[in-house]
Amino acid sequence: MMTKRWISLYVENEIGVLARVAALFSSKLYNLDSLTVGVTEDVTISRMTICCLADDKTYEQILKQLNRMVEVIKVLDFTDVPHHSKEILFIKINNCDEQDKLEIFRLEKVFDLKVIDYDKKKVEILAVQSSGTNDELISLINRFFPNRIEIVRGGPVAIEALNAIV
Amino acid sequence: MLVKALRAEGVDKLFAYPGGSAIDMFNALFGCDDIEVLLPRHEQAAVHEADGYARSTGKTGVVLVTSGPGATNLVTGIATANFDSVPMVLITGQVSTKLIGNDAFQEVDIVGIVRNICKYATVVQNREDLAETLKKAFYIASTGKPGPVLVDIPKDVQQALGSDVYPDSVKIRGYKPNEKVHMGQFKKAMTALEESFKPLFLLGGGVKVARAEKTIRQAVDILQVPVVTTVMGKGALPTDHPLYMGNVGMHGSYAANHALSECDLLFTIGCRFSDRITGKTDRFAQNARIVHVDIDPASISRNIVVDIPIVADAGKFCEVLLENAKPMNVPDWISRLDSWRTEYQISMKREDELTPEQIIKACNRLFPEFIMTTDVGQNQMWASQWVELNDDRQFITSGGLGTMGYGLPAAIGAQIANPDAQVISINGDGGIQMNIQELASARLWETPVTVIIMNNQYLGNVRQWQEMFYDRHYAVTCLRADRHCPPDCTGPNPGCPPLYVPDFVRLAESYDCLAVRVASLAELEPALLAAKAERKRPYIIECIISREDNIFPMVPSGYALDEMIME
Repeated sequence: MMTKRWISLYVENEIGVLARVAALFSSKLYNLDSLTVGVTEDVTISRMTICCLADDKTYEQILKQLNRMVEVIKVLDFTDVPHHSKEILFIKINNCDEQDKLEIFRLEKVFDLKVIDYDKKKVEILAVQSSGTNDELISLINRFFPNRIEIVRGGPVAIEALNAIV
Repeated sequence: MLVKALRAEGVDKLFAYPGGSAIDMFNALFGCDDIEVLLPRHEQAAVHEADGYARSTGKTGVVLVTSGPGATNLVTGIATANFDSVPMVLITGQVSTKLIGNDAFQEVDIVGIVRNICKYATVVQNREDLAETLKKAFYIASTGKPGPVLVDIPKDVQQALGSDVYPDSVKIRGYKPNEKVHMGQFKKAMTALEESFKPLFLLGGGVKVARAEKTIRQAVDILQVPVVTTVMGKGALPTDHPLYMGNVGMHGSYAANHALSECDLLFTIGCRFSDRITGKTDRFAQNARIVHVDIDPASISRNIVVDIPIVADAGKFCEVLLENAKPMNVPDWISRLDSWRTEYQISMKREDELTPEQIIKACNRLFPEFIMTTDVGQNQMWASQWVELNDDRQFITSGGLGTMGYGLPAAIGAQIANPDAQVISINGDGGIQMNIQELASARLWETPVTVIIMNNQYLGNVRQWQEMFYDRHYAVTCLRADRHCPPDCTGPNPGCPPLYVPDFVRLAESYDCLAVRVASLAELEPALLAAKAERKRPYIIECIISREDNIFPMVPSGYALDEMIME
């Protein structure tokens, strides 16, 4: 069955690693949902958070194929491991009149989002949620302001949880 | 630095084609009397030559070329070596770092291009990284599951002066070749073996890559279990061994394929269950528990779900197997397979004209020792069906990628590595033309390879599929066809153009090679003996064979192994 899987990957922080990991997914027709990368406390190591859609058999292959790459230091399967995961989401809402702006500020009070900037016609909001919650937030905002929104998503990053309750 | 690294790695032969971005490296090699730099006539051939060199010795083959087209010409050769796990280091020149990204003359992102077809590839950005990167390259190429590694060196890095300390070893965090055999899994496998009534060993190319032929033979001699091989594994057990039942797969033997379908335990070492081996996967070894030993975890349970996986180097595994081997008592099973083997021998069953069977068998008969390379297509399958292998013989073929144009340069590379060996290259008239310019290299390097060209004037393997599965639609597979031929030709006919080019004999002679055209076994045998006696110049034997000979038996794509077409 195709389900969402989470991988946290330690890789050498060197040129071409991101390309090589991405190329693995495209060359073998694996379904890559999102991939984020950033340097760790050790500047020679980067950590990637990968979300992909796969059945059990393909997922096993993905883990093995990642493991056999020279640049990959460690592969952690987060799928069934308690972990914290958050994604940065910016939404710009265009063509706002005063009524719209009021609506947006009301939304801010109820939902976990923050107005970070606005001018006469536009408002920009920020949300830091799990990517699933961000999906819901986007559809909500889109219902209020159809065809007027622009979206920039950062892709989720994840870290293992210290306690099982997340 | 480069020369120092090559010396430290014991490289004495370099297959190298110069160019603007590599000229500094060639300059460093100028005058070296301990590293022979060999100039092929095409970069692709350089890789296949290094490949033949590496496969025939187990040493790492080394290639040096320039940037841009020099580098892109390597691609097919790298993919070939990668598929068949051949240790190789490829050094490419690159434009200067300050020009990278500017579309400079002969600039190409070769590391990006080969990313998915090599074990590792990297650009050396700084002179101080050069030594460690080269060390890493040789280490990665030759350890674990061997494979090609590409190191791209920009011109300014080549020119920069720096430390000449070459490290003795490197540590790579993300790369730890598996050194051990998991004893728990091993015991499970042995228990499964002991419990079985119809056990069967399937040996793949991994056994040969690990050079474990002697160990596995000793183990098999004790175990007394029948053995089949893949095309790449052929020779892992001597082909005249009483327990050897032949090749499996699309063009495997009746006994071997039926053994797979009937066995109750399949013990597989160093084979990745490619589609050419398994046939229809859900009927593959359907009655058997499967033990799968492979160095690459990603090969396990990918194509075939196995019961007992063991991640291990085939060589290490065979040693452990030998230490723990106890005789199995399955004489009935062996004699059943043996009777199939005797009854259904692979044969073309005709001798009215020169047949591929006669050609390969003549090589077996007249050359007690040889290294045989093949090209790809019917010539390769025929060779794999009839070649007889033992300790004094090697069989080298592009089994994974199936690269036409491989046979001749691989033979030349094998001859460079083994100057005293008898090297025979089996080719078709299609594939030989993909690297025929190497006759020049072969002549000047004084590599006396015996080059057999089976000439049927077709791209025969595809033509066979067209004959069998596409209503004889011989679409673009005739090498005699000219622009006046009808586009819907279904076979040789009186209207066929009279001209066939090239005239291989005259072509070979223009390279100052020896050449002869034969059309019968009576002509072939003296030609082979003359080729065998010649120790300096390549000897080309063009064998005119029937235009529409097919390879049988055959398991059509998508069918189960026991659904073989016998003739």
